[in-house]
Amino acid sequence: MKLFGFRGGIHPLERKERTRDLPIEAFPLPERLYVPLQQHVGEAAVALVKAGERVRRGQLLGGSAGRISAPVHSPVDGVVVALGDYASPHPAALPVTTAIIEVDPIQTPWQAPTEDAFALSGDELARRIREAGIVGMGGATFPAAVKLDLARRHRVDTLIINGGECEPYLTCDDRLMRERAGEMLQGVELMLRCLGASRAVIVVEDNKAVALDTLRRLCTQPERIKTVSVPTRYPQGSQKQMIQSVTGLEVPAAGHATDLGVVMHNVATAYAVYDALVNGKPLVSRIVTVGGGAVTRPANLEVPFGTLVSELLAYCGAGEGDYERLLVGGPMMGQWLPHAEVPIIKGSSGIIALSDAETRVAMPQACIRCSRCVSVCPSGLLPLELAKRIKKDDFDAAAELGLSDCIACGSCAYVCPSKIPLVQYFHYGKGELQARKAQSRKLERTAELASAKETRLQQIEREKAEAAARRKAEMAAKQAAEAAAADALAEKG
Amino acid sequence: MSNTLISGPHTLANATVTRTMLWVMIALTPATLWGLYLFGWPAIHLFALTLASALLFEAGCLYLAGKPVRATLFDGSALLTAWLLAMSLPPWAPWWVGVLGSFLAIVVGKQVFGGLGHNLFNPAMVARVALLVSFPLQLTTWVLPAPLFSNGAPGFLEGLAITYGNLAVDGHTGASMLGQVKTDFTTGKLLSEILPQGVDQAALLLGTGLGSLGETSALLILAGGVLLVALGIISWTIPLSMLGAVALLALLFNTLAPEHYPGLDFHLLSGGLMLGAFFIATDMVTSPNTWFGQLLFGAGCGVLVYVIRTWGGYPEGVAFAVLLMNAMTPLIDHYLRPRIFGRDRKGQPLSVKNSSAEGGHA
Repeated sequence: MKLFGFRGGIHPLERKERTRDLPIEAFPLPERLYVPLQQHVGEAAVALVKAGERVRRGQLLGGSAGRISAPVHSPVDGVVVALGDYASPHPAALPVTTAIIEVDPIQTPWQAPTEDAFALSGDELARRIREAGIVGMGGATFPAAVKLDLARRHRVDTLIINGGECEPYLTCDDRLMRERAGEMLQGVELMLRCLGASRAVIVVEDNKAVALDTLRRLCTQPERIKTVSVPTRYPQGSQKQMIQSVTGLEVPAAGHATDLGVVMHNVATAYAVYDALVNGKPLVSRIVTVGGGAVTRPANLEVPFGTLVSELLAYCGAGEGDYERLLVGGPMMGQWLPHAEVPIIKGSSGIIALSDAETRVAMPQACIRCSRCVSVCPSGLLPLELAKRIKKDDFDAAAELGLSDCIACGSCAYVCPSKIPLVQYFHYGKGELQARKAQSRKLERTAELASAKETRLQQIEREKAEAAARRKAEMAAKQAAEAAAADALAEKG
Repeated sequence: MSNTLISGPHTLANATVTRTMLWVMIALTPATLWGLYLFGWPAIHLFALTLASALLFEAGCLYLAGKPVRATLFDGSALLTAWLLAMSLPPWAPWWVGVLGSFLAIVVGKQVFGGLGHNLFNPAMVARVALLVSFPLQLTTWVLPAPLFSNGAPGFLEGLAITYGNLAVDGHTGASMLGQVKTDFTTGKLLSEILPQGVDQAALLLGTGLGSLGETSALLILAGGVLLVALGIISWTIPLSMLGAVALLALLFNTLAPEHYPGLDFHLLSGGLMLGAFFIATDMVTSPNTWFGQLLFGAGCGVLVYVIRTWGGYPEGVAFAVLLMNAMTPLIDHYLRPRIFGRDRKGQPLSVKNSSAEGGHA
């Protein structure tokens, strides 16, 4: 299959040696799970349980709310001891409505559905995927059902399965492809049927030779589901870059992949589809790579959502004071965590505890305009110029230079010899632009309401005037009629 | 564990500013050592003084600006600027040329603009041109090489006298090849009369000719430059386009009128062209951001070097050419930008029908 490259990109040290050959371990169920009702992009799920309620494994904890939303299920049989705000795995540990569940010592096994998933219609498949609470497992956590609906409306014909995993340290997708390729391929087939598409392409970086080999061996319909190897380069796993690698086409700015006739899902999302439709298991757990220099026993763990990060770290031999920096996700685009008392959620692909040596903290120096950032930017931007303007709070100039086209991959900051925190500047700039947009929308809305009120008042005035005029006319007519009658009477008499 | 909220990426490459400067200095070392050997003690004294005074001026400026002195002073940038300046001065120039040059380079050429990364013009070239225009005699007094420890070469103390004591050096002086050829052309001589045996390529390559420290051995400079390109410290764009432009023009005119325009070897090997192409025009702060901008920049430098050498008032045009193109850099950067992913050259989102990456990046 013909492959295309993508512009820019970097080759960071992979650091996957410690975990790539470790098989997936089932993490022992903790005593308590802290399951947030917002684990996805969009509206938070609406709570359907109360404190004190007993829940079954797979029972809905929160229902979908709004167009872009997903339901949340209980991973275990247990009792909801509390339902309220709790810290989320976010740099500010923002409180999010969370169901705290006391886990039963004995768990009931999952019940597979009676119908054959492969016999269901596209609509039915889409409905079940939505009800299973499946979201993008690559980290973006966009509700899969919404994406599939969009793709079905656009009659997308190519499904791209993202097995890139270009972030250093992470090996969860690699292990999934190696150990559960057969199930994942079935998930891909189900997705194809749901979309009504005719071909799928599984894209894997060439540093995962075993995964590639396994997928190719186990695929029973190579014409329908193709496995391709792409050169290892960060950010190969980024949706826009992967689509360009496979099709040579660029997703238009502010457009969607469906505009090009493709839709992309992560390998773990495909596996989750299989798990939900064939095993009857909604999305309640995921594989997490626990790694980093501060972890003495790294592992790839299958973790139920709601497990606290501190429990994972304790299991893998990393205490509170052992690490310099704690991240959820990979080191390039992952989020910094202020502490470990936060739960694992649908998008937590890795927990990386970096040691002192791995995080060489350096004071940023002046930009020497070496323009290495320009040569590595996959989006074709000028990071040095953007940062210069954002530093002066000139957000309009930054927007004009293309700040909203930045995918925040971090390639620029990675290569910068002056150690300038470029991505932090871009997040700040994007946040400001977003706030300004929200502000201007608010002003627009206020203006709309004011003008509607004006129109309404004027209408009322007009109607009043018309009514008055009508009454006047009636009065005049009445008087004229009375006058005429009086005249007639006078003449008679 | 640090408590500062920090954004990714949390893993960074090994590159640092100091490492970049160090590599450039390493690449310059062979040519510098050879030049210091060729020109002996006076050159060593001048070199040392130029670098020392640059550090002094930098420290002073940082202190006045309230910036952390220790952290910034040894990032290598001041040393490198002074090093390049010393490479372009006459090796036996008096001490005040070095000190004044450092002042002009560091204070006027760099710190006044805001320090590292903010200057518009190459600081070393600002200093060199200012000195050339203000003190033409001292800046064009070239000496023949008098290798260290050889007969007739000044010793340590005599070297001090030459650099600091204003000792006369008339016995050693001569004209550079570029200067000689230019002067002879004005008297109406033809090339075959001026250079009957053609260009002494060996002398220019190995550096046994007359000139500044950086002008002598073209081969050693070239080797250093190639090392930097191979390491990825500088890009091949500017050296290639600069040397290429000079080569093309030299070839063109030499073919059209061989008696009046010197050829390829004359231009490529003489003067400060090699140093300029690999070490001076490639200065990151003052060159464009994109590879296509850099090609234009380099070509512009090359054209200007040839024009000034052939028709201008000075025999060597590298410093002027670089300064003039530095002035063009902001303009080049403003108009020549990469095409943004998902957008066309005008910045509009790609239409779905033709969103194929024609030629990929610009």
